[in-house]
Amino acid sequence: MSALHIKRGATSHSAYNLRPTFSDVEERHTLAVLVENEPGVLARVIGLFSGRGYNIESLTVAEVDHTGHLSRITIVTVGTPQVIEQIKAQLGRIVPVHEVHDLTVEGASVERELAMLKVVGTGDKRVEALRLADIFRASVVDSTLSSFVFEITGAPDKIDAFADLMRPLGLSEIARTGVAALLRGD
Amino acid sequence: MKREMTGAKMVVQALRDQGVDTVFGYPGGAVLPIYDEVFQQNDIRHILVRHEQGAVHAAEGYARSTGRPGVVLVTSGPGATNAVTGLTDALMDSIPIVVLSGQVPTFMIGSDAFQEADTVGITRPCTKHNWLVKDTDRLPVVIHEAFHVATAGRPGPVLIDIPKDVQFATGTYSGPKAMQTHYQPAVKGDAQEITELVAAMEKARRPIFYTGGGVINSGPAASQLLRELVDATGFPITSTLMGLGAYPASGENWLGMLGMHGLYEANMAMHDCDLMIAIGARFDDRITGRIDAFSPKSRKAHIDIDPSSINKVVKTDIPIVGDVAHVLEDMLKIWKARGRKTEAEAVRKWQDQIGVWRKTNCLNYRNTDKTIQPQYALQRLEALTRERDRYVCTEVGQHQMWAAQFMGFEEPNRWMTSGGLGTMGYGFPASIGVQVAHPDALVINVAGDASWLMNMQEMGTAAQYRLPVKQFILNNERLGMVRQWQELLHGSRYSHSWSESLPDFVKLAEAFGARGILCTDPAQLDDAIREMIEHDGPVILDCVVEKHANCFPMIPSGKAHNEMLLGEAKTEGAIEAGGAVLV
Repeated sequence: MSALHIKRGATSHSAYNLRPTFSDVEERHTLAVLVENEPGVLARVIGLFSGRGYNIESLTVAEVDHTGHLSRITIVTVGTPQVIEQIKAQLGRIVPVHEVHDLTVEGASVERELAMLKVVGTGDKRVEALRLADIFRASVVDSTLSSFVFEITGAPDKIDAFADLMRPLGLSEIARTGVAALLRGD
Repeated sequence: MKREMTGAKMVVQALRDQGVDTVFGYPGGAVLPIYDEVFQQNDIRHILVRHEQGAVHAAEGYARSTGRPGVVLVTSGPGATNAVTGLTDALMDSIPIVVLSGQVPTFMIGSDAFQEADTVGITRPCTKHNWLVKDTDRLPVVIHEAFHVATAGRPGPVLIDIPKDVQFATGTYSGPKAMQTHYQPAVKGDAQEITELVAAMEKARRPIFYTGGGVINSGPAASQLLRELVDATGFPITSTLMGLGAYPASGENWLGMLGMHGLYEANMAMHDCDLMIAIGARFDDRITGRIDAFSPKSRKAHIDIDPSSINKVVKTDIPIVGDVAHVLEDMLKIWKARGRKTEAEAVRKWQDQIGVWRKTNCLNYRNTDKTIQPQYALQRLEALTRERDRYVCTEVGQHQMWAAQFMGFEEPNRWMTSGGLGTMGYGFPASIGVQVAHPDALVINVAGDASWLMNMQEMGTAAQYRLPVKQFILNNERLGMVRQWQELLHGSRYSHSWSESLPDFVKLAEAFGARGILCTDPAQLDDAIREMIEHDGPVILDCVVEKHANCFPMIPSGKAHNEMLLGEAKTEGAIEAGGAVLV
């Protein structure tokens, strides 16, 4: 198979097939699913993953088109290429699903996640936490004499790195939104 | 056309506008307003079943034999949960079913009200789609959309949950034309892929068509086009359990069914072919056997309307997403335009090789004149009914496989069996649905004693509507297929696989005002079958057969197509530990 074999038929939503379909290597893919915002639609999507034994690493959902009643679900999943293809095809079968995009293969994409971290401490640790937050461009959204709540936005690994640094400095709680992603360019 | 009416009236009006003539159902508190409307009209016939599972299977029989969606009406709570097996069965076999269920009034939802169940939650994984309608104005729109979803693309069951207050409230009715939906599965296949397949067909030396229920679901045109293509190319053809009848059993290129209990020649041809053309079939585990040894030397083309069927189990070289009839039409067109080429000489040799396999006579069995062998019973049933306007249903188990092996189907929509889910208790209510749709036809349910008992309450339905369904029970006083697996896999420890305390089937029939016939002697079998056919009313033929017959040929779990078991002598230790964990 050539490197840029344009895939026809099987899964109409992915334009390029760069990988052997039946490889054993697990891949991480970010899927964007545009769905009708009707009751139970999220349960259908989640039920598909649990019922067929697929993985969900992260899932976010919110209405993105109020007049068209469309919501965008961003799912980060892990599986072999065959499983990823199946997930996309199975998602496409759900009646209220309008579009399925595999951002990982359709082109370069940007991924962002928002997290809030509560760091409890005093003295040097507190100063160090503030200094690191500045480096990571995290902002302080709440503070007491013995705690900060930082807000940070970035790719998931940036948030991982920030959380790892905060842990010895008194990280007590973390809330993450999960990934939102868009294709780059027009 | 817009009119004000109650939700209950809308249900009846929408069914009328969808061309529904029959509803299978069972009333209850949460659907009383709809039943009140059903009472006050004569366009739609309501068949009162004796259990909601029976209603769905009857609707499946209706749908499979007519090609039109089957409609079911049940109440909330237990009415809906009893429908779940039927819904799952229809989902697995891609049968268009529309279930209307009552629900407690909207203001009581979530309060654990009497006969409340989270019906849309429970049926979400066993329907193609489902709806809870909370607004009477939305009701007709949803019903029309439901019929569209059930029948468009890969067919399947849908459910509409209708709270009782929505049935009572008044709203504006809108007809089918007002329905708007984005759900429009593509039916045309990609021309480039189809051309690639035609090119592969032209060069194939050992080709085979492997067809499934998708051909039948696609409609009569698909079967017609398939026949034309097969006969024009001279390629051999095999089919799954679900696809029997799409190509006639009397056709010269017919190999018989393939798979776990398929014919030797069909499975060997699948294993050794160089081009496999899968049409509306989904590479079920009952078909493929051991995946890594499945047809190792072939290029595989797969035509399916459901993109998720492609590459799900077996890697496909030429994927074609589209409706079978549309794709076959294009295939024929392109193949003809390119000069109707095949490797005729090589294909002839391939047919010769298949002829050698055929000589194995894999359906051979040892007949006796003392007890009725189940295979013999089906051979006689076939011989005595073949010429009639006949529909055959089955339950699930050995009798089902024997029926598939020994009965020949010349037309699509004549064979109703639970393939994917393997639902014991399917056949009897399905035969009722078929008979309702085809009042003058001969409708036979080939059953086992254990399966048949699972929905025997439907005798009441058959008797009430004077439906002359023929229950042909191969009675071995066993759960035959379970017994067979226990013999092959579990050291002949027959754990709970016999039928203790069976009823006297003749008396049982008579208790419902039906005819009961007992037959234990091979010499009397023909007369018994004739009596069953001739009697104008429901009949149970209790055909007492050999108790320990096993169903062969058989691909043991975990084995490849070319490792079939052909008979009793070769079965010892046939299934290894790896195969034993498979079902």
